[in-house]
Amino acid sequence: MSFPWANEYKPTSPLMQWVDQRLPLPRFVYNAVGGGYPVPRNLNYMWNFGILAGVALMLQIVTGVVLAMHYAANDKVAFDSVEHIMRDVNWGWMLRYAHANGASMFFIVVYTHIFRGFFYSSYKAPREMIWLLGVVIFLLMMATAFMGYVLPWGQMSFWGAKVITGLFSAIPLVGTPLQEWLLGGFAPDNAALNRFFSLHFLLPFVILGVIILHVWALHIPGSSNPTGVEVKQESDTVPFHPYYTAKDGFGLGLFLILYCALVFFAPNLLGHPDNYIPANPLSTPAHIVPEWYFWPFYAILRAFTADFMFIPAKLMGVLAMFSAILVWFFLPWLDTGPVRSGHYRPLFRKFFYLLVVDVLVLGYCGGAPAAEPYVMISQIASLYYFLHFLVILPIVSSIETPQPLPFSITEAVLGKDEHAVLSPTQPAVA
Amino acid sequence: MVRLFGPLVGLFFAVALLWSFGIGAYTAATDPSPPSAEALFVEHPKHVEFSFDSAFGTFDKAQLQRGFKVYQEVCSACHSLKQVAFRDLAALGYNEAEVKAIAKNWASKAQTFDPKTGDRGERPNLPADHFPAVYYAGQGVPPDLSLITKSRHGGAQYVHSLLTGYAEQVGYKNEKGQELLKMFPDAKTPDGLYFNPYFANLNLAMPAPLVSDDQVAYTDGTKATVEQMSKDVSAFLTWTAEPKLDKRKQTGWPVLGFLVFATALAYLAKRNVWADKH
Repeated sequence: MSFPWANEYKPTSPLMQWVDQRLPLPRFVYNAVGGGYPVPRNLNYMWNFGILAGVALMLQIVTGVVLAMHYAANDKVAFDSVEHIMRDVNWGWMLRYAHANGASMFFIVVYTHIFRGFFYSSYKAPREMIWLLGVVIFLLMMATAFMGYVLPWGQMSFWGAKVITGLFSAIPLVGTPLQEWLLGGFAPDNAALNRFFSLHFLLPFVILGVIILHVWALHIPGSSNPTGVEVKQESDTVPFHPYYTAKDGFGLGLFLILYCALVFFAPNLLGHPDNYIPANPLSTPAHIVPEWYFWPFYAILRAFTADFMFIPAKLMGVLAMFSAILVWFFLPWLDTGPVRSGHYRPLFRKFFYLLVVDVLVLGYCGGAPAAEPYVMISQIASLYYFLHFLVILPIVSSIETPQPLPFSITEAVLGKDEHAVLSPTQPAVA
Repeated sequence: MVRLFGPLVGLFFAVALLWSFGIGAYTAATDPSPPSAEALFVEHPKHVEFSFDSAFGTFDKAQLQRGFKVYQEVCSACHSLKQVAFRDLAALGYNEAEVKAIAKNWASKAQTFDPKTGDRGERPNLPADHFPAVYYAGQGVPPDLSLITKSRHGGAQYVHSLLTGYAEQVGYKNEKGQELLKMFPDAKTPDGLYFNPYFANLNLAMPAPLVSDDQVAYTDGTKATVEQMSKDVSAFLTWTAEPKLDKRKQTGWPVLGFLVFATALAYLAKRNVWADKH
C-alpha cells in the first residue's frame, strides 16, 4: 500500500524499461526506499536508526563471511586461529576488530531504535506487526551475538556458554537433559563450539529475512513520525529519496565515525580482558560477565537471590530475564492511550525517562560483580522495570490527559495548515 | 486479557524481587560480609607512560629490542610466547640475518617427530617457527606471555607494576595505613609464594624476576635499572599482544579524516536538499 500521491516509477532508458517489464525489481526498490515511498516530512534524527541497523547487519555479514574463511571451529585450535587472523591474515586484525565492535555498534543502534519506539509509542495500531517482528529480530540478534562471543574460545566464551546454557537447566524436569542436548555434551566442548559456529553463520540470514518482513509491514501504514499524527495529505510527506537518503547519509557518516574511532583507536574498550585467555574448564574466572549489551538482562537474572513460593531463585531469575524481553511483545496492548507521541503525553514522558535511567542502572549493575550494593540496586531497578511495563503503563494510558495535538504534520512543521478543518485541539484518532 | 494478566504478572515479579531484596537487606544488616584482604590490599596498576599510549603513539623500536632482550634472558626461562614467530621480530628492526641468528641460537630447540620411525628429536629454530614451548618443572603454571597485556586489566601498566611491585609482607601497609597482617593474620604468604600487592590474590608463585640493575646487558647505552628493564619488557609484551598497533593507528587517521570530510559533505547535501521543506 502507498499513498495515492506517491511518485510512480518511470524508467527512461530502454534497458530499464526492458528490465521493468520482465522483473520489476528496480520498481520494487524505488517504491521501498526511493522516490516512490512518501514519508512524513517531520522525521527527526531518531528515525535514522532503522537504516543504520540495516547497515550494521550488512557490515557484520561482510566482515563475518571473510572471518569465517580463516577461522577454525575446533576447540583445539579456535583460539589460535583467531590469533592467526589477528597476526598473519592480511588486514585480519581490522576485520576482527570491525566484527567485534560492529556487534557493539549494532546493539547501540538497535537499543536506540527500540527506545525511539518506546517514546513515540511506535508499537501502537496500526503498526503492531512491525513492532512484533522487531522484537523477534532483537531476540535473534541476542542469540547470534551470544554464539558469536563463544567462537574465540577464550575464558569468557567458555564460561559465558556454560552460564547461559545453564539457564535451561533451571527448567523443572527437562532442564538438565535440555541443556545437555543444546550443548551436545555435559559442558561446552567441541560439539557445542561447532554447532554455535554453524548457527552463528545461519542466524544473520534469518535476521535478514525477518528484516524484510519488518520493512514490508512498515510499508503498509507507512512510517510513524514525531507528532504521532497520521499522514493526511500530500503536503505532509516528502519522497524518501532524496529527502531521507540525504538525511540518512549524514547520520550514517556520524555512525561510521564513532564505529571507526572504536575499531582503530579503542578496539578492546568494550571487550573483556579474560577473553584473551584460552578457554580452561578447570579455572573459573573471578567474575563471569557477558558482553555489555546483555548487562541489563544479566542484572535482572541475578536480582532473584531467594527462593519464592517454592520456585527456586534460579528459575525465578530465568523466568524474569526472558519475561523482561517477552513483555515487549505485549506493549501494544498494555499501553492503550489514544495518543502516540511522548511529546504530547506529559505523565508518560516522565516514566519513560525514568525507564531510560532504570535500564542504564541495570546495565551498570549487570557488569559489576555479584556483590552488595549492586545486587540490592539491581533488585530495585528490576522491580521498576517490571512495574513500568506491566502496571504503570496500563494505568498511565488510562488516566493521562494528553496535550493537544497539531491538526496535521504540515501544521506541526510550518505552524499552519490551510487544510485544517478540525479544531487544532482535537486529538487525532489513534 | 493482556490488561488483566499483565499487572498480575508484574506484581508477581515485584513481590518476588521485594522478597529477595528483604532477605538480602536483612542479611546485610545483621550479618554483613567483612571486606576481604584482596578488596582492601590489592593495588591498582601504577601510572607509567609508554610511547604507544596516545592515539598518535607508536612503538619505540629501541625499547622493544631492549624488552626482547629482557624476555630472552629472564622471562623465557619459564614463560612461552607461542603466538609469536621468530620472523615477526623483523618488525622490531632486526634484519634477516639477525632474525635467523636469533632463531638458530635460541636456547630451547624446535621439537621434531619422525612419523616413520616414531623418533623424537630436536633441531635449531627457523625464522618461520613460533617461539618454542617451555617446559616448567616448578610449582604453578607460568602463563604464555603472548597476550598477557591484553588479557589483564591495565595492560602494560599492570605488567610493569607486577614486576616492580614485590614487597616485604611483614609490616606492609596500604595507602590508608591499614596493616595487612594485623587485619588478616591468616593472609600470611605461604612458603613458595611471594607477596605482591598488584597480583589479584596478593600471593604469586613467581619470585621477583628483575632484582638488580644491569641484570640484562643493554647494548644501546641505556642504563639497565630494574625500573627500565621492567618498562621495556612491558612494552615488548604489548607488541607481542598487539603487533599491528602502529599500523592500526596509522590506518585509522586517514579513515577518520575521510569520514569527517564525507560527513561534512553529507550534512551540506542534506541542508541543500531540505532547503525548501522547513
